[in-house]
Amino acid sequence: MRQRMPQIAVGMALIGLVIAPFGLSSYVLSLLTQALIYAIVAMSLDLLLGYTGLASLGHAAYLGIGAYSVGILTTQYGAGFWVTLPMGVVLATGVAAIFGLVALRATGVYFLMITLALGMVVWGLAQRWVSLTQGDNGIAGIPRLELVVPGLGVQSPPFYYVALAGFLLTYGLLRVIVRSPFGQTLVGIRESESRMRTLGYHVWLQKYVGFVIAGAFGGFAGVLWAYYTGFVSPTDVELATSVEVLLMVALGGRGSLLGPAVGAGLIVFLKNLVSVYTHRWLLILGSVYILTIMYTPEGIIGGIQQALRGARPPSPPLKLRQ
Amino acid sequence: MEFWIIQIFNGVSYGALLFLLAGGLSLIFGLMRIVNMTHGSYYLLGGYVGLTTIWQTDLYILAIIAGAVAIALLGVGEWSVFLKNLGGQELGQVLTTMGLALIFQDLGLVVWGGEPYTIPTPAVLSGSYRIGPFFFPVYRVFIIAVALAVAVILWLVLEQTRIGAMIRATVDDAEMARGVGINVRLISMAVFALGALLAAVAGVVAGGFVGVYPGADFEILPYAFVVVIVGGMGSLKGAIIGSLLVGLLDNFGKALFPELSYFTLFVPMAVILAVRPTGIFGRG
Amino acid sequence: MIKPFLAASLVVLSLMGWLGGSPAAAQPGPIKIGVITPMTGGAAAVGKDMVNGLMMYLEEIGQQMAKRKVEVIVEDSQGRPDVALTKLRKLVESDKVQVLMGEVFAHIGYAMAPRVDEYKVPMLYPIIAADDLTQRKPAKWVVRTGWTSSQPSHPFGEWVYNTLGYKKIAVIAIDYAFGWEVVGGFQKTFEEAGGQIIQKLWPPLGTTDFAPYLAQIRRDADAVFALMVAASALRFPKQYQDAGLKERLPLIGGGTTFDEFVLPALGDEALDGISPLIYSAALETPENQRFVKAYRAKFAKVPSYYSETSYTAGRWINEAAQSIGGKVEDSERFLAALRKVEIPDAPRGPIKLDAYGNPIQNIYVRKVERKEGELWNTVIHTFPAVSQFWKYPPEEFLKQPVYSRDFPPCHFCQ
Repeated sequence: MRQRMPQIAVGMALIGLVIAPFGLSSYVLSLLTQALIYAIVAMSLDLLLGYTGLASLGHAAYLGIGAYSVGILTTQYGAGFWVTLPMGVVLATGVAAIFGLVALRATGVYFLMITLALGMVVWGLAQRWVSLTQGDNGIAGIPRLELVVPGLGVQSPPFYYVALAGFLLTYGLLRVIVRSPFGQTLVGIRESESRMRTLGYHVWLQKYVGFVIAGAFGGFAGVLWAYYTGFVSPTDVELATSVEVLLMVALGGRGSLLGPAVGAGLIVFLKNLVSVYTHRWLLILGSVYILTIMYTPEGIIGGIQQALRGARPPSPPLKLRQ
Repeated sequence: MEFWIIQIFNGVSYGALLFLLAGGLSLIFGLMRIVNMTHGSYYLLGGYVGLTTIWQTDLYILAIIAGAVAIALLGVGEWSVFLKNLGGQELGQVLTTMGLALIFQDLGLVVWGGEPYTIPTPAVLSGSYRIGPFFFPVYRVFIIAVALAVAVILWLVLEQTRIGAMIRATVDDAEMARGVGINVRLISMAVFALGALLAAVAGVVAGGFVGVYPGADFEILPYAFVVVIVGGMGSLKGAIIGSLLVGLLDNFGKALFPELSYFTLFVPMAVILAVRPTGIFGRG
Repeated sequence: MIKPFLAASLVVLSLMGWLGGSPAAAQPGPIKIGVITPMTGGAAAVGKDMVNGLMMYLEEIGQQMAKRKVEVIVEDSQGRPDVALTKLRKLVESDKVQVLMGEVFAHIGYAMAPRVDEYKVPMLYPIIAADDLTQRKPAKWVVRTGWTSSQPSHPFGEWVYNTLGYKKIAVIAIDYAFGWEVVGGFQKTFEEAGGQIIQKLWPPLGTTDFAPYLAQIRRDADAVFALMVAASALRFPKQYQDAGLKERLPLIGGGTTFDEFVLPALGDEALDGISPLIYSAALETPENQRFVKAYRAKFAKVPSYYSETSYTAGRWINEAAQSIGGKVEDSERFLAALRKVEIPDAPRGPIKLDAYGNPIQNIYVRKVERKEGELWNTVIHTFPAVSQFWKYPPEEFLKQPVYSRDFPPCHFCQ
C-alpha cells in the first residue's frame, strides 16, 4: 500500500486538475490556466537550469517567439491553430538553435550575460520592428482558439483543458527526457563538465541539444499564451519576465520538473492576489525573491523533501558551472 | 556634415553618462563577478536623493554629493547583508538583487510618488555653446567633463596608489591577493561602494536632462550591462572604450536605423561575448 | 518525490477553492464601479490623477447614485496589457462590477475591448484615444467619454496654416499608435489647406535622449510639431531649447506635449508652446473655475485632462444610472442609457456622443504662458462642437485607413 501511495497521490492530483472547472470560479480558473502555461515555461527552463546547470537570463525570448508567431499569423494571415502551433514551435526551436551556438561558448556568469544579451535582441526587435510586430502597441485581437477537427467541424474547446493538456504533454515528454540516458548525461554535466569530458562524452553537443529542447518547449508555452491572453506585446519578452521564470524554478525547486511547475503556480497566484490587498505588491514580490534564496535555496520541493526526511545537513549553495 | 558632428558629440556625451553608470559596475564585475540587478536602482535612487537635496537646499553640488554618499552607503549595506556571502552563486545573486531592485522600485514610489521629475540644474549650466552653426548644450559638455574627471581620478588611483595596486591585484587574482595579505573583503566592499557611488552620480547628472521617474532603473540596466560586456569586465580602459562605443552605436543606430536601434546595440554585445566572453579588454 | 508535490498541490488547490468561492448572490446593494488604471510603473501618476478625479466627483454627490451606495474598486494594471486583462477578468467575474472605467494606454484599450464585449459589461474609456475604437473597430460595450487622438489635430492643422502662417513643418512624435494618430490628423488638414509636412521623425516610446533626433530636424522648416507624452513631454522642451532650436523654429504640438500634467515641472523652455486639446485648466468658464479651485484645494495640484475626464466619467455614470432608476444590473438598458448621456456643463464644456460613440465637444487651442509665476495653457481659440470626423462625412472618412506611421504618406519628405 505504501508503495502505491505516490501513484494514488498523482491520480488524486490529476483528478483535481481535471474537475477544477466544475468547482472553481471562472476568475480563479483563469489564474490556474495562466499558471499551467507558465508551468510549461518553468519546466522547460528547469531542463536547462536544474538538470544541466545553465542559468539563462533570456528564456522569455522563446515564449515571446511562440506568442508573436501566433499573433502575426492569426491577425495578418488568418492562420488556424494547426498552422500556428507548429510554426510557433519551429521558429522558437530555430532561434534556440542559433542562439545556442553563440551562448554555449560560455559558462557560468558569462553564459548569464550572453543569454541576457540575446533575450534583449529579441525584445529589441519586438519593440522596434514595428511593421512586423506593431511595436509597443502589441498585437491585439488574437482570436479565440478554434480547432478544425476532421469530422466534427470547428470546435472551440474550453481553453483550460487545452492548457492542461499542454501541461501534461510537456511534463510527460520532459519526464521521459530527463530519465533517459541523455537526461542523466545532462545531470552529469551539471555536476562536473570536466569529468564528463574525460569519460568521453561530447559535452558541448549534449548541452546544445538540451538548450534547443528547452527553447522548443518555451515556444510551445508561448503559443498557448497568445491564445490565452489574445494579446502579445514586448513586455512578454522583457528582462523582468525572464528573471521571473528563473524565480519560479528556484522557488519551486530546480531539478525536479514539478517543483518549477508549483513555483510557477505560486508566483502567478501571488502576483495576482497580492495586488488586490495592497499596492505594495512589488515589495512583497521582491521579498519573495530574497527569502527564497535565503531560506529555501533548494526551493519549496527541496524544503518539503528535507522536512519529510528529517534533519539533514544544509543544502549546498546555488553554485553553478564556472 | 552638421549632422555627423552633432551626432558624434551626442554619442560622446551619452557615452560619458554611460561611463559614470557602468564604470564602477565593470570594476565590481571584474572583482566579484556579481550580477547586480540593483545597479539601475542605484542610478535612480541616487537621482531621487539628489532631487530632494536640491529641493531642500538649492545646491547642485550638494545634490551630487548627497546622492553619491547615500547610495554608496546603500551599496555597502546591500553588499554586507546580502551579497558578501553569495560569491560564485550566480542564480542566488540574480534573484536576490532582482528582489532588492523590486523593493527599491517600490520604495521610490512610496517616497517620491509616481510623477516624473527633472532635477533643476544651475543656470550656469544651461544654454548652449555656439560654434559656427553648431549648438553644443552646456549641460552635455558638463557631463563629458565630469566623466573625464572621474576617469582621470580613477586611473590615477588605480595606477599610482597602493590601494589602486591592491584593487588591481584582487581583480587579477583574488586568491593570490589574499595570499599576499590583501584584505580582499575590504577591497571588495570598497569597490562595491565605489560602483554604487558612481552610478548615483550618473543618476543625479542624468536627472538634469533625462529626468528621474519610476521605471528609469530598469530602462538603464541593460545599457549598463552592455557597456560592461562590450568594454570588458574589470578594466578601466575597457569601461571607457566600451561606454564610448555604446554611446556612439546607440546614437547612430537610432539616427540611421531606427527600426533596428536596439538590434544595433545588443547584437554587437552578443557577438563580442561569443568571441571573447570576458569582453574586449576584459580580465579574469 | 511525488508526496511533496501532492502536498503542495493540495495546498494550492484548497487555497484556490477558498478564494474561488463565489459570494452569496447580491441583493440590490451598492453600484460597483471597477477602475483599471496604472497605479505603479511609468504612468502611475496619471492613474492617480484619474482616481482623484473620479473620487472627487463621487464625494461631491455623497457616494450615492440613484439612491444606491457607490463602491469603487481600483485595480492596478501596472501599464501592462496582460495584467490589465487579468484584472479585468477579476473585476467582472470575481467582484461582479456593473460598470468599468479606465486605462490610459491605447494598446491596452485595444486589448481590452474584445473582452469587454464578451463580458457585456459597459466600460468607459475617458482617456484612451485610439481612433479606431469608435471608427473602424468599434466595440459595442465600450463607451468612449474622452476623445480620439486625431480629434483636436483636425481643426488645429487648418488653423496653423491659416492663422499662424506656417507653410512647412517638421514633425517629431513618439512612435506608437497615439503619436501616429495625432500627427496623422494634423497632417491631413494642414496639407489640405496648402501646407507641407517635410519631415517625420519617430523616437521610440521611452526615449530619454532626443539629441539624435533633434540633430536631424530640418532647419528649413517654419515650425516643429512635437507629440510627446508624460515623461517624454517633461524632457523634450529643455532638450529642444538646448539644441538651439527654440529660437530658430517655433514649437507647436499635440495637446499632451504641453498639458497640465507636465507644466508644473517645466520652466521657461515651455513658454509659447501652442497645442490643441479638449481641455485646459485655464479655461475661464464658471464650471471649470469651480472645478480647478476644488481640485487644487483637495489635491494641491492643477487638474490635468486625466483628472477632468475621469471626474466627468463619474458624472456620466451617475446620469445614466439615474435615467434608468438605478437598475444598472440591466446591462443592455444601462449601456443604452450611457450612450444617450449629454452633459452641457462639464468643466471642459458641453459634451455629447456622436452616432459612433465618441464625444462631440469643444477643442481649445492653448498657448503656454506665465501667469502669477505659474505656467498655464491660456486658451487662445475655441472650436465649438468638434466631432472625431471634423468636417468630413463619416462614411467618407472611414474609407481611408486609420492614421499610422505611413498614413498619410509623407509626400514632401526627402
